[in-house]
Amino acid sequence: MGYSAQLLMTLPEVVLGLGAILLMLVAAWGGQGSTRAVSLAAVAVLIGAGISLMGPASAGGSAFGGLYRADMFAAFAKAVIFAAAAVSILIAPKFFATTSGDDLRPEYPVLILLSAAGMGMMVSAGDLMSLYVGLELQSLSAYVLASFMRRDARSAEAGLKYFVLGALASGILLYGISLVYGFSGTTLFTDIAQAYAGPKSTGLLFGLVFVFAGLAFKISAVPFHMWTPDVYEGAPTPVTAFFASAPKMAAMAMAVRVATEAMGPAVHDWRQIVVFAALASIALGAFGAIGQKNIKRLLAYSSINNVGFALIGLAAGTQAGVASVLFYMAVYVVMTLGCFLVVLQMRDAEGNAIESLDSMAGMSRTRPGLALAMMIFMFALAGIPPLLGFFAKLEVFNAATAAGLFPLAVLGIIGSVPGAFYYLSIIKRMYFDDPAPKYEGRPGLVEGGLLLAASVAISPLGMLVLPCLSAWTALAAKSLF
Amino acid sequence: MIQLIAFYLFAAVVIASATMTILSRNPVHSVLWLILAFFNAAGLMVLAGAEFIAMLLVIVYVGAVAVLFLFVVMMLDIDFTELRAGVVRYAAVGIALALALAAEIVFAVGAWQAGGIELGRRIAPVDDKVPNIEAIGNLLYTKYLFVFEGAGLVLLVAMIGAIVLTHRNRSDVHKQNINRQINRRQKDATRNMQPKVGQGVEL
Repeated sequence: MGYSAQLLMTLPEVVLGLGAILLMLVAAWGGQGSTRAVSLAAVAVLIGAGISLMGPASAGGSAFGGLYRADMFAAFAKAVIFAAAAVSILIAPKFFATTSGDDLRPEYPVLILLSAAGMGMMVSAGDLMSLYVGLELQSLSAYVLASFMRRDARSAEAGLKYFVLGALASGILLYGISLVYGFSGTTLFTDIAQAYAGPKSTGLLFGLVFVFAGLAFKISAVPFHMWTPDVYEGAPTPVTAFFASAPKMAAMAMAVRVATEAMGPAVHDWRQIVVFAALASIALGAFGAIGQKNIKRLLAYSSINNVGFALIGLAAGTQAGVASVLFYMAVYVVMTLGCFLVVLQMRDAEGNAIESLDSMAGMSRTRPGLALAMMIFMFALAGIPPLLGFFAKLEVFNAATAAGLFPLAVLGIIGSVPGAFYYLSIIKRMYFDDPAPKYEGRPGLVEGGLLLAASVAISPLGMLVLPCLSAWTALAAKSLF
Repeated sequence: MIQLIAFYLFAAVVIASATMTILSRNPVHSVLWLILAFFNAAGLMVLAGAEFIAMLLVIVYVGAVAVLFLFVVMMLDIDFTELRAGVVRYAAVGIALALALAAEIVFAVGAWQAGGIELGRRIAPVDDKVPNIEAIGNLLYTKYLFVFEGAGLVLLVAMIGAIVLTHRNRSDVHKQNINRQINRRQKDATRNMQPKVGQGVEL
């Protein structure tokens, strides 16, 4: 296969990488004044990368001797990732303009582009090396983004915490990778699968455990979740929205690919790890959220909780399980971005962001539209029919029971009850408590439109896309088996 | 025969200069000894047929790392006598560490000779006749091109990140504007005056 054919397969990453470099040059000459133009151009680059997914990038080939996979699974994950990244660029200007402190600089969209390129590498990786390089590209950009408001102590703290713990997790993952390489003699997923199909040495099992520990950190599954609340609370809100959506999807897709494609024959060995992480995440995400006073911290626990549910689908280890994980994550990304769009509207008269849950009291009377949108997202996150969040949970539990994991599905359903408690308590706060001071400022055209789109997608109207989404996730999952 | 002589020469100088790195009282001398050690280690690598690693040692370690050490040592005000004060106190721990490392080396060599771990297939078998710089280049720019470019982007992010997090425009310092300096002509800078006797010059 010639170079040009291989490069065409990697077109999304090529577009993102070249676009980021070009925009960085524009930013270098244009300076602070070019922020708006660079942001819009970055969104255009993301759309271009999304369009390029329709070409050879989703045709199912593999490039560079198996290092890169251009299949439907990767294309689906990338479509969600690029959309979430574009949203996080679009919501940033207003936040930085109204919040005192640091201004938005043109590096913000550029770093998101580079991070998106890294995430594309992660979900397309067919080799442990491309997996690791993609992961580092994504993480390194994320560390910088977390402390983007460098004059804000909390933002700096979030960046530092994320960096130190992320580096530790990368170390654990690398150790696992080195063990897998040492005992199987290869880093290629297909060859690793052969090694796991034969008699498994202790070294291979140790490698598997360490690789899964590293992956669990990246998707913030218990017991590697500790960084999540602090980082989500401290990072600027648009960045938090980014963290909770695109990298989550990427890391989850990467974990699914490693689990099924590289370690598929060892499903009985990793299933117990995934089951434990799933149940522990559901429980901790639900109970940890109850005492929270800060909406961003609460959403962090909510993301831990949701990752738990998605892992139930992975624990099934079947094609239907993989499809349900993709389905769940896609719906989760929309729900979470919607929640953060509401959080972005929480501003006092001076334009400062408010993050306390108490300030949401009586929102239904002061800002009825906003409260309605938040109610839709909360009901959906709690998994109440007929909202889209319910169908996502249904798919996951269906896959688990079909794979014979009946107790796991039952425990998951029981675990969703305490989760529903805190989602509903927010709705109660908004609709039945005495009003707190009103939030000032209206959402701009962009934010308002995105908020409307997210709530319509999650609302019962979203059921119209269900067959289409199911078919697409099924097709994506099929490419892994 | 000549290889043997060269090996013993390089090896002896490596050991000697490494010892001097630890023993010399002046930290700047220590770094200079370290550079000598790196050079001779590079010579050993050439003898072993790993010319790429030899180049890396010279370019990366001598060219960048050691010079950086030198700058740090010369620029930081570290009281080295104070740092050395605890040598006797920590001697026992140091010796224990050294013994552990030595035991590990013996262990590793033993295990290597016994052929303990089965290192399955090789990813990229190397042809003995191809020089290893060529072999590495062949792999790096064909099979691993994708990962190589990805690593390049990682470095770019590191650079952008360092600037984003630390660079700020200071208004309280004067900046050099080279363009303005070059464009300045003599007539803008000097003035011919013929002041009358007893009167000053108005600037």
